[in-house]
Amino acid sequence: MTTVRETPVPGVGVRYEFELENGRHIGVLAHRSGRRELLQYSARDPDAVEAKITLTPDEGKVVAELLGGTQLAESLAQVQQRVEGLAIDWLPLPASSPFAGRTIGDAGVRTRTGVSIVAVLRGDEAFAAPGPEFGLQADDTVVVVGTPEGIRATDALLCR
Amino acid sequence: MTADIEPAVILAAQGAEAELDLATVLLELGSVLLLLAVAGRLARRLGLSPIPFFLVAGLFLGEGTPLELEATRDFIEIAAQVGIVLLLLMLGLEYSGRELLASIHANRAAGLVDFVLNATPGALTAWFLGWGTTAAIFLGGITYISSSGIVSKVLDDLGRVGNRETPSVLSILVIEDLGMALILPVSVGLLLSAGVADTVTDIAVAAVAIAAAFAVTLFFGDQLSRVVFHRSTELLVLTVVGAALAVAGGAEQIHAPAAVAALLVGIALSGPAADAAKVALIPVRDLFAAVFFVFFGIEVDPATLPQALPAAAALAVVTVVTKLVTGAWAARRAGIGLPGRIRAGTVLIAHGEFSIILAGLALAGGIEPDLGPLAASYVLIVAIAGPLLARFADPLAFALVEARAGRAD
Repeated sequence: MTTVRETPVPGVGVRYEFELENGRHIGVLAHRSGRRELLQYSARDPDAVEAKITLTPDEGKVVAELLGGTQLAESLAQVQQRVEGLAIDWLPLPASSPFAGRTIGDAGVRTRTGVSIVAVLRGDEAFAAPGPEFGLQADDTVVVVGTPEGIRATDALLCR
Repeated sequence: MTADIEPAVILAAQGAEAELDLATVLLELGSVLLLLAVAGRLARRLGLSPIPFFLVAGLFLGEGTPLELEATRDFIEIAAQVGIVLLLLMLGLEYSGRELLASIHANRAAGLVDFVLNATPGALTAWFLGWGTTAAIFLGGITYISSSGIVSKVLDDLGRVGNRETPSVLSILVIEDLGMALILPVSVGLLLSAGVADTVTDIAVAAVAIAAAFAVTLFFGDQLSRVVFHRSTELLVLTVVGAALAVAGGAEQIHAPAAVAALLVGIALSGPAADAAKVALIPVRDLFAAVFFVFFGIEVDPATLPQALPAAAALAVVTVVTKLVTGAWAARRAGIGLPGRIRAGTVLIAHGEFSIILAGLALAGGIEPDLGPLAASYVLIVAIAGPLLARFADPLAFALVEARAGRAD
């Protein structure tokens, strides 16, 4: 099993890195702006980036999807089995919701209920790890993780 | 290209004999900005930081120089103060409170090594020259603080942001920036009051203010961000700059350094408001910061530079070594190989904006007339040498590796 190492990069974002079967290191630099960089480390000097591909948030999603990143729900279910007291739920966002047409930041779900929105499903599309600037729309399905009480509170908040 | 600018400045100088008229003020101000634009373009072409070039441009505009400013000196001085506030505000916006705490926690040893190794040469030099404690604290601060601006630019230019040694480098910068928040009240306190009791009070006030800024960002960050945030860039810029200037002014009123207050406003602000402000404020900051650098050059008498140069060069050589050791040590602790350690060490060498802020305060406080020229020459040397050495880190490292391998054979 590959271990992904996660390192915060102050003022930039987070860097994820792991070793391939062939001994080379690759990584992803997740900028706070949403920009993603695919990094390939040098074989001679494994600390140095040898090549990189810069992706806009949308391009990053395309790459994630091409690599099979939409199996999100599946891996979430595995997480749930491992962590007790953690619940995952899929909450529909009705057109009557006060937050349809507003951003996740506006809803302040995490501040008010302690629950994290880990993904938003819209039609056939899945938006993983949406930021506070992500705009919610009517008929979205919001995937949330948190305590069962927190999720009930979130449902009440989003759907009232 | 400078020939285009001279006539305007000469015109400006003649006009100032009459009442302060709009034409002269605009001409002079425009000429100064154009001069900075030319200096900056030259720096870019040479692949260097524009900061030392702005400083040098200022040397040509001071008292007794052929291009001496007549009508706009006061305005430039005020704009320079606004530049300091914006530089520190942006620095604070760069980091969230959580990130700062995590960085300090994980890298406090590296932060301490950095402080001891790099503040000592400056402080000792001031003592050696018989300048007294206040000057020693200022010069220690000047040699301690690397330039976050130049370092981030170099990391970006050389494509090293994703490198494994980079988090160590950036963490050191974060801790230095917080160190700045502590050094400034101490040094400004010493400037304003001779008494130890007053200085202790100033430090206590600063510590409380820093704690308050962290509390705000950790517990009320979301609420504050929601109040400040606005879709319109115009309103966001007005709100954030207005708040920073007002808080800085309020701090100045109670004899706390305006610069630190601005830094704390930046730290307190987080979330979408900080992210949007960071982008929106870049051109505003660039304009006023450039004026600040040129103003520092204006304040320094060029005639005093040659005699300050030997001491500045010696200090530069010493701190090139100590910064190199600091970065290499921090990178080594993070399990980085030799080439990465040398990259981490060399990239930290550049000093810039914050050393100049300290030097500017010392100059304005009039503690030691020779400190300004020494600081100016020192910053000129390390701001140019730093990025150059960072560029040659890899060839240097591989030469070392091969030399080692050769010895082993």
